[in-house]
Amino acid sequence: MPEPIETSQESAAGWEPRIVAFFCNWCTYLAADLAGTSRMKYAPNARVIRVMCSGRVDPQFVMEAFANGADGVLVGGCHFGDCHYQSGNHKALRRFRLLQRVLVGMGIEEERIRLEWISAAEADKLRDVMNDMVARVTALGPLHLEVPGEGPREGPREELPEVAELQEVTA
Amino acid sequence: MSDKPKVAFYWCSSCGGCEEAVVDLAEKILDVVAAVDIVFWPVALDFKKADVEAMADGSILAAFVNGAVRTTEQEEMALLLRRKAKVLVAFGSCAHLGGIPSLANLWDRRAIFETVYRTTPSTVNPDGVMPQVAVSHDGQWVTLPGFYNTVRALDQVTSVDYYIPGCAPTPNVIAGAVQILLSGELPPRGTVLTPDVALCEECPRLDTKPQDLSLERFRRPHEILIDEDTCLLAQGLLCMGPATRTGCGQLCIRGNMPCTGCFGPTSKVHDQGGKYLSAVASMLSATDEAAIGIALDSIPDPIGTFYRYGLAGSLLRRRTMTTVDA
Repeated sequence: MPEPIETSQESAAGWEPRIVAFFCNWCTYLAADLAGTSRMKYAPNARVIRVMCSGRVDPQFVMEAFANGADGVLVGGCHFGDCHYQSGNHKALRRFRLLQRVLVGMGIEEERIRLEWISAAEADKLRDVMNDMVARVTALGPLHLEVPGEGPREGPREELPEVAELQEVTA
Repeated sequence: MSDKPKVAFYWCSSCGGCEEAVVDLAEKILDVVAAVDIVFWPVALDFKKADVEAMADGSILAAFVNGAVRTTEQEEMALLLRRKAKVLVAFGSCAHLGGIPSLANLWDRRAIFETVYRTTPSTVNPDGVMPQVAVSHDGQWVTLPGFYNTVRALDQVTSVDYYIPGCAPTPNVIAGAVQILLSGELPPRGTVLTPDVALCEECPRLDTKPQDLSLERFRRPHEILIDEDTCLLAQGLLCMGPATRTGCGQLCIRGNMPCTGCFGPTSKVHDQGGKYLSAVASMLSATDEAAIGIALDSIPDPIGTFYRYGLAGSLLRRRTMTTVDA
């Protein structure tokens, strides 16, 4: 069922971070499943998206999540040696480290994006990672991506200094 | 004036290379001039903005606008030409995706002014004079265009009908595009007027591209003697071919240099840099953190490499100025 579209991150109850989580089908998603059937409680801030492998997480997915209002992105895969496709998680790690360098260069703090290896049995690790990530992103605050409006037709123009302000400067 | 279709050229935030590219049509430009009336082209002809404003809306067949949009003046001209032209064409990398000027989106107005007008070693500015949009002098106002924080591609300012990619577009690409526009059989709106396949598909070195690349690290062109026949990726060079649209005639590859990505991505890709980043990570052989760190250190400027011509047109569009040190 599609989730209702959220229009604002800041509700009356205060701001809650929004995390997009990409979990691999074979390990981390099953850990989340186990956490659920074990009735573990953890922060409910993540929207989980199941992918077949952490190696399937295209950097474009992560960027799109941030561009659409995510405050953090979590990627979960199998431990080394456990990958259902043998080397998908190695590929994911390389991709992730390079993506991290790019995102930091774009002003997105390192802690907003996280990669964890969580096996199908590690429901407790999943709970701890979720809680820890939410705590860290909460401490960072909302990610105000400065994506400018689409020009005068579609959105507000960026603010330019007012002439009155400038008169003061140049007086 | 004759009944020939009218066309206009304009430049926004650009280097002038795109104007040069039009002149590079050489004798083909005579065919173009024979087929159309050029009604506005500030770099070459003496028509003024007022002449364009006086034309009826939609009376120009096609306006070719190159350059990214950085200032209020460029925005105004882009909107004016949008109104006057039936077809607005984003001409060249900067209009298409922001181009090299949009790498300035790694900073903002304040940081750029600070560097340019205060801190560069060659700057002498004891009074700290900064550009202003309006200054009063002897009771008169002198104005300058406003400078936005963010560089935008043309389609982030107004609607664009077609794109001619390239830094600069090659004569073949321009001639092909003009032919399509004059033929009257217009492709769907939003089409990039070059083939929608990756550069590798048409690369003369395609046969030497291994099925699986396994590189320890990347090399920069000055670090190796580049073989003239082997796939440049196989030689460890960061060639943007896999993530870049073809149509350029592989000029850089034929000149024995790696593709830098100026034609932008194919229609299936949303973010050229992200897609290339993904491919680059797949090509490396390192499996542990230490080796990965060393391998990635061989890419000294990932954003400038992956987004050289398209930061404005990327998913994130600009740096978020939370961690900036101007």
